Amino acid sequence: MSIDYDAVIPNNVDLASDKRLQRALQTWQPSFLSWWQDMGPEGFQADDVYLRTAVSTEPGGWAQFGYVKMPDYRWGIFLADAVNDRRIGFGDHMGEPVWQEVPGEYRNVLQRIIVTQADTEPASVEQQRHLGATAPSLYDLRNLFQVNVEEGRHLWAMVYLLHGFFGRDGRDEADALLERRAGDVDNPRILDAFNQACPDWLTFFCFTTFTDRDGKYQLAALAESAFDPLSRTCRFMLTEEAHHLSVGEDGVKRVLLRAVELEREAPDGDVRAVGGIDLATIQKYVTYWFSYSLDLFGSEISSNAADFFASGVKGRYREDHEWTDHVALDTVERLPVMEDGRLVYREVPTRNAMNELLRAAYVQDSERVLKRWNRALEEAGTDFRLSLPSTRFFRRQGIYAGQHFDREGQPISAAAWEAQRDSWLPTAEDRAYVASLMHAVTEPGKMAHWIAPPSRGIDKQPVEFEYVRKA
Amino acid sequence: MGHGQVVRVDSFEAHPSAYRHWRLGLDGPVATLTLDIGEDNGLRPDYQLKQNSYDLGVDIELRDVSERLRFEHPEVRVVLVTSAQPKVFCAGANIPMLGTSTHHFKVNFCKYTNETRVGLEEATSESGQVWVAALNGTAAGGGYELALACEEILLIDDRSSAVSLPEVPLLGVLPGTGGLTRLVDKRRVRRDVADLFCTKAEGFRARDALRLGLVDATYPRSRWEEAVQARALEVAAARPARASQGIALPPLEVEVGADGARTYGSVQFTLSDDGRTATLLVQAPTAPPPTTAEALRAEGASTWALRAFRELDDALVHLRFNFPEVGLVLLRTAGDPVEVLAHDAALHALAGDWLADEITWLQARVLRHLDNTAKSMFAVVDEGSCFAGCLAEVVLAADRAYMLDVDGGPTLRVTRTASEGRLPMATGLTRLQNRFFGDVALVEGALATEGRALGGAEALELGLVTLAPDDLDWEDELRIAVEERVSLSPDALTGMEQNLRFVGPETCETRIYGRLSAWQNWIFQRPNATGEQGALTLYGHPERPRFDWERT
Repeated sequence: MSIDYDAVIPNNVDLASDKRLQRALQTWQPSFLSWWQDMGPEGFQADDVYLRTAVSTEPGGWAQFGYVKMPDYRWGIFLADAVNDRRIGFGDHMGEPVWQEVPGEYRNVLQRIIVTQADTEPASVEQQRHLGATAPSLYDLRNLFQVNVEEGRHLWAMVYLLHGFFGRDGRDEADALLERRAGDVDNPRILDAFNQACPDWLTFFCFTTFTDRDGKYQLAALAESAFDPLSRTCRFMLTEEAHHLSVGEDGVKRVLLRAVELEREAPDGDVRAVGGIDLATIQKYVTYWFSYSLDLFGSEISSNAADFFASGVKGRYREDHEWTDHVALDTVERLPVMEDGRLVYREVPTRNAMNELLRAAYVQDSERVLKRWNRALEEAGTDFRLSLPSTRFFRRQGIYAGQHFDREGQPISAAAWEAQRDSWLPTAEDRAYVASLMHAVTEPGKMAHWIAPPSRGIDKQPVEFEYVRKA
Repeated sequence: MGHGQVVRVDSFEAHPSAYRHWRLGLDGPVATLTLDIGEDNGLRPDYQLKQNSYDLGVDIELRDVSERLRFEHPEVRVVLVTSAQPKVFCAGANIPMLGTSTHHFKVNFCKYTNETRVGLEEATSESGQVWVAALNGTAAGGGYELALACEEILLIDDRSSAVSLPEVPLLGVLPGTGGLTRLVDKRRVRRDVADLFCTKAEGFRARDALRLGLVDATYPRSRWEEAVQARALEVAAARPARASQGIALPPLEVEVGADGARTYGSVQFTLSDDGRTATLLVQAPTAPPPTTAEALRAEGASTWALRAFRELDDALVHLRFNFPEVGLVLLRTAGDPVEVLAHDAALHALAGDWLADEITWLQARVLRHLDNTAKSMFAVVDEGSCFAGCLAEVVLAADRAYMLDVDGGPTLRVTRTASEGRLPMATGLTRLQNRFFGDVALVEGALATEGRALGGAEALELGLVTLAPDDLDWEDELRIAVEERVSLSPDALTGMEQNLRFVGPETCETRIYGRLSAWQNWIFQRPNATGEQGALTLYGHPERPRFDWERT
C-alpha cells in the first residue's frame, strides 16, 4: 500500500523518501492513534475544534487555524531550519562541527534524555484527559485541546528522533512511550510530576504555567545540543511551548481577577461564600506547583549534568547570549547546602551545578510571571500580592529533599513543618472545594462563575466564537 | 600508589542491635534484611554514602548477619535482601570512597566483600539458608553483584528500576565483586549478551532483564510486597527445616596491645619488632570435647572448634587491613595434639547435627580465608606445637613448612577426618590433593598415617613439610628463611604465592578471586582508571576522562 506520507504527516524531514522512518512510523502511527483514542481527551473526539495546525516552518506556516476533529489532527514533524556551518557551542567539543548522526559514545545518554523529555508529552495529555468535562468555557476547552494536540505533536517530534537515529532500541523506546500511563502505579510515567492528578482547572493553569515552563527550559538547553537534529527539533517545539505557558499564565490571571471582583461583591469579602476561588487558595496552588516543578531539574549537584555539558549533549539556557565562558571547567558556583542541620555555602564545580543554573533561569522567569500577575492585582485595586517560595521549600528531589524548610527556605523541625503545612500548601479541603466548582459551561461566550473572561479570543475571533462544535 | 586516606579499622565485629546500615526482621523461616545506609555513616568523614552505596562498614555488618543467621537462627530458610530507600536498592561500592582509598585498602576491601558474597552462596548451599534478592529499586554495580551472589533475584517492574553493571562505561574499572564471572558462570547469561549488558551504563529494566536472564522474576509495584512474601514462603517450604533454636555468638574476647597485637582465648597474633613479620599462634583445647549434640549446644560459641576458628578469622582480617607492611606470617600452634584430635573426632561423630555441621563449615571457610591471604605464610612445627587434624590443614595451607627434627620432638598428625574432604579449598580439592596434584598414591600415603605422630624426618619423607632441620640448624635456618623472605618484592611474592597455592580445577569462586587479583587490581593501578585523567579519578568531577588508547 502506498501512502502519501507528506499529506498525512506534514513534515520538513523528507519523510517521503526516508524508508527507515516510513517503516518505523507505519507501525507507530496506528499505535499513536489508538493511544489517542484511549487516553486523549475524553468525550470530545468526534467534535469540531477550532485548532491551530503547524504545516510548515515558514513564517505563518506554524499556525493554520480551522475546525478539526482531534483524531484527524495532522501531527507533523518539523525541525527548525538548519543553521549553516553550526558549531558546538560549549563543553569539551566546543568549536567542532555539530553532529548530524548520534556519536556512539553518547548514544545511551542522548537516548535517555530524549526518552525522558518525550515521556512528559503523552503524560500531560493523560493527566488532563478528564478536564474537558468541566471546562469553564468553550474558549478554555479549545485551549485545553490545543495544548493536548501540541503535546501530541511534541511526542511525534521526539519519536522522530528515536526512529530516525536510534535504531531498534529507539523504536522499542518509542513503543514504550505509548505504553506507560500517567499515575498508573505499575506502569507510571518516568517523572513524578507527570504522575500527579490534574483534577481541576486551577491545577491545569498552574501546571501549564510552572510544569510546562520546566519543559521550556529543558527544550532550550537541548536546543543548544551538539546533536543537531535534537537542537533543531527543540527550537521548533519552543514556539508551541510558549503558547502553553500563556494559556496557564492567562488562566491563573483570570481566576485572580475574578477573585478580586468577587471579594468586593461578597459580604465580608468571603470569596468562597459567593462561589469563587479565594486569593489565598490560589497562592497555595501556585506554591505547590512551583515547588513540584523545581524537582524536574534534577539534583543541584550532579555528575550526570556535568557529563551532559562536557560532552556537548545539553547546554545552558541561552548558552550563546548569557554566558561567556562556554567551557566552564575552572569555575565554581556557591550553593547553600545543609550540614549538621545548618545552611552553609559550599563551592561546587560549575559543570556539576548545571541543573541548578538551569533551575535558576527558570526561577527568574517564574518571578517575571509573578510580577505580571501582581501588576494585574494592583491594577484591579487589591493589596494582595502573590509570591514564590524558596527553592528549598517542599522538595522531593535533590539536596534539599527529606528535610524541612519554611517558605523562606530556613530549616525548621518536622513538627514546625506539620504545624504550618496547611497554611502553605493546598489541603484536602481546599482541593475538594475547588473541585466542587468545576462544572462545564458550554454556551459560547459564557464563563464559569469563578473565572473572568479572556481579554480577547483566538485568531482574532471574538470570545463568543463557538470554539468547539458538538458533533 | 601510596596516596589515599589511610584508615585503621578498629573492629570487624558487629551485632544486629547496633547495625547502622541494615535492619534485620525475623518472621519464622523468613528473615528480611533491609538496607538503609545513612549518608553520613561512612567509616571516614570525607565521603557520603549516597543512594545506598556501601563502604567497608556496611559489609562488616552484612558479613556479620550472614554468619550470625547460620548459628543464631537455624530456623531461617530464606533471607530476603531488600532496600528501605525509594527507587534504589543499592548503588554498589561508594565511588568517592574508592577514589580516595589506598591501593592496599581497595584490594583488601574487594577481597573482603568478595569473601562475604561467597559466604552468602555457602549459606545457601550448605546451611540451606537461601539468600533471595528482592530488588525494589535499581541495583547498580556492586548492588547488582550483591544480588548475583543470591540464589534468586526478584526485580520490581515499575518501568524505571533496572539492574546494571556500569563500571566499564562509567568508571573505567571492572565490577569488583564477581559480577562478570557470576553472569556467565553462575547465571549462564550468554557471553555476547553479557558484553552488551556490561557496557550499557543504565542497564536493563524488568522486562528485558527477565528476558536476558539477569533476574529470575519480576512483579509490578502493586503486587510487589505480596508476591515477594509469597515467593519467600515457597522457597522456604522447599527446604527442610533444621532446628528451631540457635546458639548465641557473643563478641570475641580479645586484648589488644599497643602495637596492635591481639590476644584471644585460643589465638595470639603478635608482631616482630620491625613490624615485617607476624605470628599467628593457635592453642589446642585444654578440656575434652562435647560428645553429644546437647553438650555441644550447651558449650555453644565457647566450644574450642568454633571459638578458635572465629578468633583466627578475626585475626586474619585485622592482619590484612591493619598491617599492610607485614610480609610474612609464621603459623604456630601450642598444646596437646591429642586434644585437637579428640575435638575433631567428636565433631565428626556428630556430623548431621546442624550445629556440628555449621562449625565444620566455619572451619573450612576460615581455612579458605587463610588460603586467600596475600602474605607469605610459613608453618613452624617446633617444640610444644600441636599440628594435628584440622590444625594440620594449617601446615598444608602454608607456603612452606619448617619442622624441627629431633627425637621426641614435635609431631604432625594427619587424619582422614580433617584432610579427606571436610575442609575443602575453593577449588573443591582437599589440601592434600592440591599438594600432591595428580598423585593419588602420595595423597593416600599421607592419609594412611591416620593420626599417627609423625616426626620431622617422616613428615619430610611424606612430603608434608618443606624442610626438617635438626636442633643444631633449626634456629639459623628459620632466621635466614624469615630474613630472606621479607626482603623480596611484596608484589612479586603475592603473585607467586597465588600461582603456586592453587592448582588444578577452577570453580566459580576461584575464578572470581583469581580474576579480581589479576585484572581488577591491575586496572586499578593503570592511568586510565586512577591516573590524573583516569575515569575513576574523575568520576563526579566536571572533567571527562582521557584514555591512553594503547591496548596491551
